[in-house]
Amino acid sequence: MTNTTSHNPATSDEGVVRQFLRATEIDTRMLGMIAALMVIWAGFDIYSGTLRPGNGIFGGSFLMPRNLWILLVQTSTIAVMTTGMVLVIVMRQIDLSVGSMLSMVAVATGVLQVFNLAPALGVGHPVIWLVAVVFSLLLGAAVGCFNGILIAYAQIPSFIVTLGGLIAYGGTAFLIAKGVTVAPMDNTFKLIGGNGPLASIGPFWSWVLGIAACAAIALAILNGRRQRIRFKFPLRPVWAEFFIGIVCSIAALGTTAVVNAYPWPHKVAEAYALENKIPIPPGIENRDGAAICMAGDKIVHCLDGLSYQTGFPIPVLIALAVGFFMTFTATRTRFGRYIFATGGNPEAAELAGINTKRLTVMVFTLMGALVGISAVIASARLNAATTALGTLSELYVIAAAVIGGTSLAGGIGTIYGAMLGALLMQSLQSGMTLLNFESAYKDIVVGTVLVFAVFIDQIYRRRVK
Amino acid sequence: MAKARTKKAPVKKASSKRAPTKQISVKRSKVSHALMSAVPSALAQNRGTTLIEMRDISIAFGGIKAVDHASIDLYPGEVVGLLGHNGAGKSTLIKVLSGAYKRDAGQILVNGSEVAINNPRDAKALGIETIYQTLALADNVDAAANLYLGRELRTRFGTLDDVAMEAETRKVMHRLNPNFRRFKEPVVKLSGGQRQSVAIARAIHFNARILIMDEPTAALGPQETAQVGELIKQLKAEGIGIFLISHDIHDVFDLADRLTVMKNGKVVGTAKVADVTQDEVLGMIIAGKCPKGAIPGPGALREEIAA
Repeated sequence: MTNTTSHNPATSDEGVVRQFLRATEIDTRMLGMIAALMVIWAGFDIYSGTLRPGNGIFGGSFLMPRNLWILLVQTSTIAVMTTGMVLVIVMRQIDLSVGSMLSMVAVATGVLQVFNLAPALGVGHPVIWLVAVVFSLLLGAAVGCFNGILIAYAQIPSFIVTLGGLIAYGGTAFLIAKGVTVAPMDNTFKLIGGNGPLASIGPFWSWVLGIAACAAIALAILNGRRQRIRFKFPLRPVWAEFFIGIVCSIAALGTTAVVNAYPWPHKVAEAYALENKIPIPPGIENRDGAAICMAGDKIVHCLDGLSYQTGFPIPVLIALAVGFFMTFTATRTRFGRYIFATGGNPEAAELAGINTKRLTVMVFTLMGALVGISAVIASARLNAATTALGTLSELYVIAAAVIGGTSLAGGIGTIYGAMLGALLMQSLQSGMTLLNFESAYKDIVVGTVLVFAVFIDQIYRRRVK
Repeated sequence: MAKARTKKAPVKKASSKRAPTKQISVKRSKVSHALMSAVPSALAQNRGTTLIEMRDISIAFGGIKAVDHASIDLYPGEVVGLLGHNGAGKSTLIKVLSGAYKRDAGQILVNGSEVAINNPRDAKALGIETIYQTLALADNVDAAANLYLGRELRTRFGTLDDVAMEAETRKVMHRLNPNFRRFKEPVVKLSGGQRQSVAIARAIHFNARILIMDEPTAALGPQETAQVGELIKQLKAEGIGIFLISHDIHDVFDLADRLTVMKNGKVVGTAKVADVTQDEVLGMIIAGKCPKGAIPGPGALREEIAA
């Protein structure tokens, strides 16, 4: 393996693995996280296979398309918020109020649509969901902005401001809801939470998206190469570029295949077929009373013949879009550069002419807007807004960011890392739920994993230095 | 002064052997080239308008007068050394000029006309660049991000043009420090000298007219110190005015045209380097005695003026 084009020519005494990592410029920390995720997934699948065999990869019920689909939907609330928390923590701040804020925004939005918009416009009016979403976003941004102003201009430590917010916003949520659960949500609004068969974009558009993602990956690689050539920077070896492109494409297409492999539940498909007068293929009844048919040499449920595969659910698409937007913001814009510089050395940022106070307000406003998005997803998924909707989610959001490699000392963190962290946390939780763990044990495991992950990270960073 | 020159001579010889590193040519605007030819630096203080004049600057922190009616000035192509004990007010005075602190009283004049400097952006807009004692680098980002911090190059879509910034940074750093290769790494991983060169590059890259150097050699070894000395001489030849804050009297005698001594927030006196001896300057720093060759300021000992 001679890579004369690599910008740090590999010395012969280097191992193959090192040469490979150097040439591909892969973030080894992220590799570690993905490996941990794989181990957790495989472990759950094997373990669940011993209790209740399923058609997962290792014979369990964890690595089944249905479970993975649900896992992705469950992750999206935390994943959206954690992208903002990364920036907050990178700025050397903290936001403990996101959970209560989520409850408050969700309840306020719920009250607006259930008690104000629906009676005024008529139930199911197509504008309701739009107004509700915009309201939720703006309310979240306004509350975040308020936090930010107290922190930046009144110079109260963010820990205190948001601790106060954690308590006060929770109380406000209770006051707005008058202690009741606000339900049901608007039918279109509900789709945002991944509720119901129409809350996914279907197999065709999912494949379109997957293939578009591959095209985007190829374009990004080509563009990066062109830029490096333009300024005569050292290039990655061609094989490394191909390797990265292929691995990313496989990941994108694989995810698409998984979400497309999850069909609608039979009853749902049946109801939908009846409602829309779609003929259900006739077959013979099996022991459970469901109609079964022959498809080639396989026996399948007749309703599978309707082929209502779900594809990417809307909340997951929202989380992915937020992830892209936030990564772009963090790495490609001035705003993001200033956040990182301020986190690295606030004094230097100030002396370089950066208005760090305004920046702090902007970061907390952004955090608030993301809480607004998560409030929509969470209440739409539950089809109700309750005062307990966001309880403890601030801790999961912070934990996801920290597991994802965000340094509480500031200045270091990535969006994709935090989102992977959110997926890891959610995998643990939903896996243990699947295995009927008592909730006390779940809390113990999740807490332990958080501390252990940071411990491993410390060792990793020390070794890298 | 002659003594000081001979003392430094061996260091210079040693450094001149490394010929390529000495050829530090810095990109300059046409304006400063014009200045360079118009103002032979040695005589600068005797004619023309001041580049910077700070008049009666005062600033207090909670009752402590950190700077008390201090006045200093600077001409194009001149190096003015600012000396004094720790806590004498040098850094504070200079931070008023760089916009880091807001003054309580006094005026700042650039090219003879009064200007408002309320924050670091104002100062930079006037061509006042500062190399801080702490370097003021964002440790977690790379050299290019630091060089362009607050003045990022952007593509036509408004996004950061990292590639262009890195390309420019490579050019600048190649002139300042040809051995510098670690462009992709956060500056926290660089050596003291490399970090210093990033801070210097940032100060001189944007066509500064006035350069403030706060202890620029404090963290450097002898070779790098000599290199900074060469750089100062070159910048001076290009018509840039430099305030040099230093603890090291030898440095100041070697590089500065004039010096101003501060004590307890007040200016003890200002003198041409040629008119005073190092011992006299030490007297100014320690006791506040203003010698014959210097123009006394408000901080000078009264008896000394009377005598």
